[in-house]
Amino acid sequence: MSASLALIAIMAVLFAVGVYLLLERSMTRVLLGFLLVGNATNLLILIASGPAGAAPFFGAEGTMADPLPQAFVLTSIVITFGISAFLMALIYRSWRLANADVVPDDTEDLAIGRRTASVAAEREVAGDDTEFGTRAAAAVSTAVDLDELERLQDQESITEQLKLQKLMDEAEDGS
Amino acid sequence: MILLLAAFTLVPLVIPALARVLGVRIFLLVALVPAAAFTYTLTQTSAMMAGAAPAEFLPWISQLQLDLSFRLDTLSWLLALIVTGVGALVAVYCTKYFTAAEEGLGRFASVLLAFTGSMYGLVIADNVYLLFIFWEATTVFSYLLIGHYTGRLASRGAALQALIVTTAGGLAMLVGLVMLAETAGTPTLSRLVELAPRGTTVTIAILLIIVGALSKSAIVPFHFWLPSAMAAPTPVSAYLHAAAMVQAGIYLIARLAPGFAGNPGWQPLLLGLGLLTMLVGGWRALTQFDLKLLLAYGTVSQLGFLLVVASFGTRSAALAGVALLLAHALFKAALFLIVGIIDHRAGTRDLRKLSGLGREAPVLAVTAILATASMVGIPFTAGFVAKEAVLSAFLEGAESNSPLGWIALVGVAVGSILTVAYSARFLWGALARKSGVERVRTFSENFWFLLSPAFLAVAGIVLAPTFDAVGSALAGYSSLFPAGEHDYALAVWHGFDLAFFISTLTLVAGLALFLARAPVFAAQSRIPATVDAGRLYQQLLRGLDRFAGRVTSTTQRGSLPFYLAVILLVMVGSVGTTLALNRTWPDSLLPFDDPAQLAVGLIMIVAALALAVAGKRFQAAMLVGVTGYGMAALFAFHGAPDLALTQVLVETVTLIAFVLVLRRLPAKLGKEHGSAHRVGRAIIGAAVGLFMAVVAVVALGARTASPIALALPGLAHEFGHGDNVVNVVLVDIRGWDTLGELSVIVAAATGVASLVFLRSRTDNLPRTPESRRRQSLRARLKPSREVVVAEYVPGVQDPSTRNAWLLAGRKLAPENRSILLEVVIRLLFHAIVVLSVYILFAGHNLPGGGFAAGLVAGLALAGRYLAGGRYELGAAAPMDAGKLLGVGLILAAGTATAPVLFGAPALTSAWFEATVPLLGHVEFSTSTVFDIGVYFVVIGMVLDVLRSLGAEVDRQQENESEALESGSTI
Repeated sequence: MSASLALIAIMAVLFAVGVYLLLERSMTRVLLGFLLVGNATNLLILIASGPAGAAPFFGAEGTMADPLPQAFVLTSIVITFGISAFLMALIYRSWRLANADVVPDDTEDLAIGRRTASVAAEREVAGDDTEFGTRAAAAVSTAVDLDELERLQDQESITEQLKLQKLMDEAEDGS
Repeated sequence: MILLLAAFTLVPLVIPALARVLGVRIFLLVALVPAAAFTYTLTQTSAMMAGAAPAEFLPWISQLQLDLSFRLDTLSWLLALIVTGVGALVAVYCTKYFTAAEEGLGRFASVLLAFTGSMYGLVIADNVYLLFIFWEATTVFSYLLIGHYTGRLASRGAALQALIVTTAGGLAMLVGLVMLAETAGTPTLSRLVELAPRGTTVTIAILLIIVGALSKSAIVPFHFWLPSAMAAPTPVSAYLHAAAMVQAGIYLIARLAPGFAGNPGWQPLLLGLGLLTMLVGGWRALTQFDLKLLLAYGTVSQLGFLLVVASFGTRSAALAGVALLLAHALFKAALFLIVGIIDHRAGTRDLRKLSGLGREAPVLAVTAILATASMVGIPFTAGFVAKEAVLSAFLEGAESNSPLGWIALVGVAVGSILTVAYSARFLWGALARKSGVERVRTFSENFWFLLSPAFLAVAGIVLAPTFDAVGSALAGYSSLFPAGEHDYALAVWHGFDLAFFISTLTLVAGLALFLARAPVFAAQSRIPATVDAGRLYQQLLRGLDRFAGRVTSTTQRGSLPFYLAVILLVMVGSVGTTLALNRTWPDSLLPFDDPAQLAVGLIMIVAALALAVAGKRFQAAMLVGVTGYGMAALFAFHGAPDLALTQVLVETVTLIAFVLVLRRLPAKLGKEHGSAHRVGRAIIGAAVGLFMAVVAVVALGARTASPIALALPGLAHEFGHGDNVVNVVLVDIRGWDTLGELSVIVAAATGVASLVFLRSRTDNLPRTPESRRRQSLRARLKPSREVVVAEYVPGVQDPSTRNAWLLAGRKLAPENRSILLEVVIRLLFHAIVVLSVYILFAGHNLPGGGFAAGLVAGLALAGRYLAGGRYELGAAAPMDAGKLLGVGLILAAGTATAPVLFGAPALTSAWFEATVPLLGHVEFSTSTVFDIGVYFVVIGMVLDVLRSLGAEVDRQQENESEALESGSTI
């Protein structure tokens, strides 16, 4: 099976420029890149479908071009249009609402990175010396009041959480 | 056995509901099921002793070699008796331990029973994978039981820790089990031990299984989870952490020992870790103040002891091992239950706070003393019989000049000294009067509360004289090992032999150690804990957390260009390597198929390169259009007229849509760049381009078989009744693909509309007053030009009042109107719509079809909009885009699925022909209906784009400028 160098060269350039544009932050350039990559991919399917030939109609003369990949490409052309229209709407909306045409960094992702700096240290697990404490039938005078203990622990964990929250807020402000 | 397991599975499901009615009495019901299992197991004793182990088999997932296969041999029989017997007693004990007001009582009871069931299944399973399932079930249930006090931090932490440690071990074990079963060629546990394969794979497999067993049985270095797990309610500790779950690891070792004790690494590893555990546990137990923790460390120590004996691999040791297993379950469960009663009564387990309890609770004290006597091996208790047997077995090993026998003997003797010391500490701490400590208050003892621990403790004494009978029952297990010169037989009294002498020595030494507790304790606190496994575990987890955090923050930068670059580079790197190594290069490379290809290609390449540096939006839109139209030419040269037609139409619609959006954006493209800068991006782009070129070449080279496409024209003509192969493929042969594509288009169109209509999605386009009036049928009959004529002022040549060629032409601002465009559109619109219908129906045999036709019709609408504005679009397409999309999708999906109603496969097409007067010979295929669906969906898509990016954007712009104007006048 022989390949046409011209088609391959065109495809390679379309892919190269398409990727170059896709890696941009400007949303319009991303859209342009998407269109180029879409075209390049259609070309790839076409190249892989074998050599050129007669149009695939019943009763055509001579070697016929493979019709199956053509059906795929046809589908792909229309879908590419649908997705591009969607991207255009995204660009318009982003411009209208935020006056921006850029792909911003995801703040959630960045926050995850920051949060790890202050992973709460897991406390040593230590039990109390009782399950019943002052609730026991004939409790000794030195028995622990579990309800009180629980309340204190809750308070402690709330304070800790607040501290953590404050740390995170500060990290957010710092960015 | 399967029936019992079914009860263990089903009864827990109804318990939470029943617990609301029955309160703590629910535990009597919980006790019933294990009691039944206990009774059943007892009835099987004679069959088991006769050597015919009762077995049951039910196929389950045989493809995975996973079947419900159970077998009750001696070891299983013993363990089944222990887990069900202790399980039933613990459940009875719970009726007094908890009150009806206990939070989560129903859940606890249910999980406890389910745990007992999984434990029962674990010890009788004869299939390694089934065993693993029960194994993990006990892990999960133990997590729920340890974490019973959901409100307590320690409880939750301990539950999670036990879960992580035992699950990690369980995973290693699963790998080992799979390796072992695959090597031996059978998943049946009893067969595996019989076959006992050898080899490196088996050695590794056994080591992995040992890891699982050690983690479950809290052997060093996994021992730390057991003391933490004391945060569980005490009945749970008595059952899981003394009698049942922690013995599962010992059970597995004992199960495998007959076949694999001779495996390399087995004996030194298990003996070493077992002794270490015994000593560490005993040593730590001496420093505890919490009675429960003291017992927990004691259990760790005893588990190490059990491991040493169970893994030793001689007939005498095996017999001693199972005897010890039984004795340990009895006395340790009893002791835990006693601690539970103390806590329940006095509100503390701290031995520094307890004083004089022995005198206040004499029955409790006697029970505790009996159980402890068995633990230290006072003569005529079950513990004593087992300990004698162990010492004799090791003596026998030592006599045969095995160094391991000596090590085991000495180690166990030292361990026993510690055992005696901490046992004495336990009794003293729990019962004795201590000076300076307030005495506990008087409180009457409860018979039902004491029943279970007393039963267990007394059983430890009563069973001892019958141990020669017990021994013959257990011989079924020990006889699996090769016979020694003179094998040991269990008996309550063997005379004053060497073993008895050693035993007595350990008792004396242990008591001495206890009496010297003050200096010993001082010495202990002076020796720093060199290795704290618990702390190591914490540090490991914290390190893992930190590592995960660092990995996340370095890889998840939140930058899309960065992610994309990484993905692309990985693709080029990995697939590229594979490609470079492949052997399917094409035979030859032609420079071009057609000279015109070169010309078109050159234009496209120049346009693409210019696009990379284009600075203005419209310029970029035009350049991308050039490459798109170039594609159409390439399609045409290749022999794909349908593609060329569709590409031209799509490119035009894309360009229109692009321009519609661009008019609201600044003319210049921003200067914001990606994370990789210009050069970096160029390098990645070039790499991807080159890579894809290689992909194309290789893909073409791989085309060596004759394609199925050769048969397609014939199929299309004969079955699809169409000559255009591509069209028949789309609507018939591969109609599912097209249906999927239509769904994508509908989704995309809806997405466009919902993105642009910021607040509410108005379904209907704005209409001119007259067209709105035309909605009612009566009004539609009126002359439609009425309003226009009424506003027509003759004689005034103002363009704003000029009569319109289009319905809504006058709604546009005068400077935006083009009379030429209006005339042309007016003349062409209907012709184009008719043309689109022609393309739709002709597409079956000629280039065209639903996609092209829909795009043509869409272009006609676009023309109306461009010439006459948004009101014109409303007039031209009085139908809602959403409805068009829906109708189209319904038509296509209906055509696809309708044949199913007639019993044919989906998407089967039917074909009719008839001679109609006037039209002549007419052929009709149902796949045409499918194509009409495609047609509607595509029109709907284009309409949605025009409506959103065109009309709605216009409206928003008008609103803004109006607001601006009114703002400036005020």
